[in-house]
Amino acid sequence: MATGSGAAAASIFSCKTMANRPLSPHLTVYRFAYTMTLSILHRITGVALALGLIVLVLWVVALASGAELYSRFLQCAGFWPCKVLLGLWLVAFVYHFSNGIRHLFWDAGKGLERAQARRSAFFVVIAVAVVSILLLMAFFRKGAA
Amino acid sequence: MSQGPVGALLKYLGRDPGHAGAHHWRAQRVSALALIPLTIWFLSALAWLPDFGFDTVHAWAATPWRAVLLSLLVFCIAWHSQLGMQVFIEDYVHGNVSRPLAVGVSTFAHVLLGAAGMSAALCVAFRG
Repeated sequence: MATGSGAAAASIFSCKTMANRPLSPHLTVYRFAYTMTLSILHRITGVALALGLIVLVLWVVALASGAELYSRFLQCAGFWPCKVLLGLWLVAFVYHFSNGIRHLFWDAGKGLERAQARRSAFFVVIAVAVVSILLLMAFFRKGAA
Repeated sequence: MSQGPVGALLKYLGRDPGHAGAHHWRAQRVSALALIPLTIWFLSALAWLPDFGFDTVHAWAATPWRAVLLSLLVFCIAWHSQLGMQVFIEDYVHGNVSRPLAVGVSTFAHVLLGAAGMSAALCVAFRG
């Protein structure tokens, strides 16, 4: 790094300069594209699904603990706000799954052109809509017996 | 900034010893690939069950192969989730103490959830 004199180099790292330096990512300089929404949604659904892991583990533990505890779990899950939450988790999963496959293709160096990325984004939106509706119908039509 | 022995320990534990980033990146992809068949299997199996009552679900889960697959599913989700939450925390939580502390708490919670879920899944099938 050719920064000239030592004094100039020192001033670069002074507190004031560090505080005001531009930080990446420069979110405000980009023109909005709907592919951005998909990108941030991947992170949001990921965090939501991390919380969903708690429910999955509770379900399996309830199943291993016997009929009484399991039926209490079902009772809680059948409460309508919980049903809404479970439905949202299912949609979040389908989204994270579909967009995750898109990310894996990118990691393999495929589909990185802008037109391709837009087309795959469109496919993700369609796939999420169709698969979510099918799964929601399959799951919410069943009772707890 | 002055930090006590706990802060110093957290700072030490939160360091990247080198190449950890590449390993993290690979592990996140490997766990994602493993989760593709596991989650398809799990959700389609649940969709085919006639109901979610205890007898039905227990009878379904109580076979050795399904117990192993179910515990693998929990393991891979906990693994993938831990890796993802680490990235999330490292992007948004700053500070020499709070960042490694948050990553540590998240990792511990994931290990706990993973171990509980895996042993419960195996219990359903292999309890005497």
